Amino acid sequence: MSKIHVTTSVNGDEAEFLAEPEETLLDVLRDHLHLTGAKEGCGTGDCGACTVNLDGRVVCSCLVLAAEAQGREIKTIEGMANGEKLHPLQTKFLEHAALQCGICTPGILVAAKDLLERNADPTETEIRFWLAGNLCRCTGYDKIVRAVQDAAAEMRGA
Amino acid sequence: MAFDEYDSENRIFNAVGTRPIRPDGMDKVTGKAMFGADFTMPGMLHGAILRSPHAHAKIVKLDTAKAEALPGVKSVITRADFNDKVSRANADVLENVMAGEKALYDGHAIAAVAATSPLAAKKALRAIEIEYEVLPHVTDVDAAMVPGAPEIRPGEPKVEGYSSNVMSKVEFGHGDLHEGFAAADVVMEKSFKTAATHQGYIEPHAAVGSLTADGRGELWCCTQGHFVARNICSDLLGIQASSLRVMASEIGGGFGGKTTVFVEPVALALSRKAGRPVKVVMSREDVFRATGPTSSSSIDVKIGMKNDGTMTAGQAILRMQGGAFPGSPVGMAAMCAFAPYALDHVQSVGIDVICNRPKQAAYRAPGSPMACFAVESVVDMLCNKLELDPVDTRLMNASKEGTKASYGPTWPRIGLIETLEAAKKSPHYRSELKPGQGRGVSCGFWFNHAGETSVTLALSPDGTVALSVGTPDIGGSRASMCLMAAEELGIPYEKIRTTVVDTASLGYNDVSHGSRVTYASGLATIKAARDAKKKLCGRAAKTWGIDEDAVVWEDGMAKPSGHNAGDHEPLSFDKLCKTMGRTGGPISGHFEATPEGAGVSFATHVVDSEVDRETGATRVLRYTVIQDAGKAIHPAYVEGQFQGGAAQGIGWALNEEYIYGEDGRLQNAGFLDYRIPVASDLPMIETEIVEVPNPGHPYGVRGVGETSICPPLAAIANSVSNAVGVRLTELPMSPPRILKALD
Repeated sequence: MSKIHVTTSVNGDEAEFLAEPEETLLDVLRDHLHLTGAKEGCGTGDCGACTVNLDGRVVCSCLVLAAEAQGREIKTIEGMANGEKLHPLQTKFLEHAALQCGICTPGILVAAKDLLERNADPTETEIRFWLAGNLCRCTGYDKIVRAVQDAAAEMRGA
Repeated sequence: MAFDEYDSENRIFNAVGTRPIRPDGMDKVTGKAMFGADFTMPGMLHGAILRSPHAHAKIVKLDTAKAEALPGVKSVITRADFNDKVSRANADVLENVMAGEKALYDGHAIAAVAATSPLAAKKALRAIEIEYEVLPHVTDVDAAMVPGAPEIRPGEPKVEGYSSNVMSKVEFGHGDLHEGFAAADVVMEKSFKTAATHQGYIEPHAAVGSLTADGRGELWCCTQGHFVARNICSDLLGIQASSLRVMASEIGGGFGGKTTVFVEPVALALSRKAGRPVKVVMSREDVFRATGPTSSSSIDVKIGMKNDGTMTAGQAILRMQGGAFPGSPVGMAAMCAFAPYALDHVQSVGIDVICNRPKQAAYRAPGSPMACFAVESVVDMLCNKLELDPVDTRLMNASKEGTKASYGPTWPRIGLIETLEAAKKSPHYRSELKPGQGRGVSCGFWFNHAGETSVTLALSPDGTVALSVGTPDIGGSRASMCLMAAEELGIPYEKIRTTVVDTASLGYNDVSHGSRVTYASGLATIKAARDAKKKLCGRAAKTWGIDEDAVVWEDGMAKPSGHNAGDHEPLSFDKLCKTMGRTGGPISGHFEATPEGAGVSFATHVVDSEVDRETGATRVLRYTVIQDAGKAIHPAYVEGQFQGGAAQGIGWALNEEYIYGEDGRLQNAGFLDYRIPVASDLPMIETEIVEVPNPGHPYGVRGVGETSICPPLAAIANSVSNAVGVRLTELPMSPPRILKALD
């Protein structure tokens, strides 16, 4: 079986890898590029722990074949902070204790960032439905929703 | 102050009760935190596990030769590769980790492969030749008890009148039921069933094991207790416990389900045979089929009440299956059933049953939610029948200090009444319902646990502190430990780093379970800090040339105890740390013991819901959790425990269930069909922290993790039943079940 040569962009840097045809983008991010921030919670697109941004859309990286990354732009949790400066969502998640175990946190942060880029002032209901594809088993979502609302307010300068 | 003081009642706290950012937070919001599957080792192989497709089958043939011969395959193991002299205590764990003569449930591990890539390992599983003789199976708890049911461990019945699947029967209570029921104006009796549910942690089990032929090894895994993992794995592998060093990774949820081992000994056995490190990661399907869900249950409850609401007697008969092995939490369920109530006549009976399902594991207050569901449903039925207020009625019968508990002990200071009074005053309970909406109330109880605990608190010359604990942090406990150490030492929170250290670096620690960590590791931290302070006072005494007894610790400084001790300038924590190399060498505080004095915790939940009568779907409109925390060390994470337990309870009440087909196979082994609550399913979850200090902890801490999942099942069932006017007695109250009840 021959591997597929893929050239792509991850968090603004060019990345190159050889993938098996059946390997997913998540496999490659974690096992080849050593970016283990995206997690595999289910492998079937149900939990959202592997959420990354692909050409401006949030996707479950476990449902994207690695070969499909050719020529695309991928953004992961590892690229969310600007050096030592955290994104407001990251700061607000810490301030609101919006994580307990933290396994779902990278996926939720990537998804929430995309929401706030599309909608600067989402309602509670909009936040809940946007994040409905990201399972969290620890928090009951209350503090997550509040952290996203607070981050949105700060980013609006409200 | 004295070094053994328990002053929770009057103490004014500085650090404790604040909400600083957790010390592991930065790593967790940037993707740097290392969870179970994130670890790799040089030369590492990948493991895969072959699982039984049958609910019950004899293994007639198992030949691994063809798999072993495949390119890239480095080792194949079966039961023969484990310790054939495993201790009796771990015999069932071994049987569950790798089947012996029979597959006992759909998903039971049969063999495992290690290969150079995950794909090569998976492909090699198909080359293992196996033949089964399929046996009759049973997956329902009531069906498994009937004489003539398929036998899982054939033999004589252990409890008269039942099949050999009934493993044991326990009974608790006091008084005379006959007399109690005779004194009642109304006696209500009802039967209930609850489905098995899974803890549903988002992180599947993962382990990297490296074991060499000389019996020395290392294990990295996501676990609630790496010391227990070490002890079990070393027994299963037949090596010395101290020859195996276990490191706990960050853990992506456990809720009780990661208190035992599944893939860890498999990784080690594969590694020993291959001579290379091996990683084994479960798929989500494996997690559902082959780790430990909680028990399904079948429960009868009978309660007598006078017209004024006084409960005269209570009886509960609980039946729970624990999978193919004894050990369902039915005994704890029986103990919890009537814990909230002061009853003169009470009895609860628990019956432990086995059937062809995966071995149950602890799930947040194991047993209590089911018992609570049945008892609190009947209390609600009585309140409805007698037109009594559900909170007042519970207050009238509530357990308090001095009450003899239904399972034996006499309660010390407890906070049930305080939670009920807070519920009565809450804006939620005082709000009006709209037509079609229903309100439910329930109390709940959990014991809380102490357990064996070791802590080391090492001082650094720059006045900072390295705190080593052995209880994996499953919900922010490192923040709580830093707060307690800061409080005790009188130094800033930021000057303390708490690390969950490996099994070679600290004495034994029980697992992070039983809501014990903030209680027990917290108590250990406080005592280790007091031990360090005592040593610091000793150094000050030496510096001043006075007796150790003449030095006290106050305001983060060593001071002479009075005029007779001489006129010496107080020595600060920083100064004493800086000079410790010259005054006698390094200073560390220690605690190694099993604390006594864990404090029980009670809660009261209030929930409003409405039901769509066309689809049968329930919407939770408002939810309030009120719970006694004893003392909330980091209130934000206490609230988080309240909210998380409530959300899991909502899932259990409304949607989650293990669905087995006629063939005994699990039909919904994935998050699409086993539906846990998503963000759009839930409202905000209001919380109120009640603080009735636990006299058995220096700061009054009880434990908060588990009690929060006890009331939701009943609270929601009561709410839904009151909304639709029909009593729901079976969980989950999924849309099809609600539609059927409305028919």
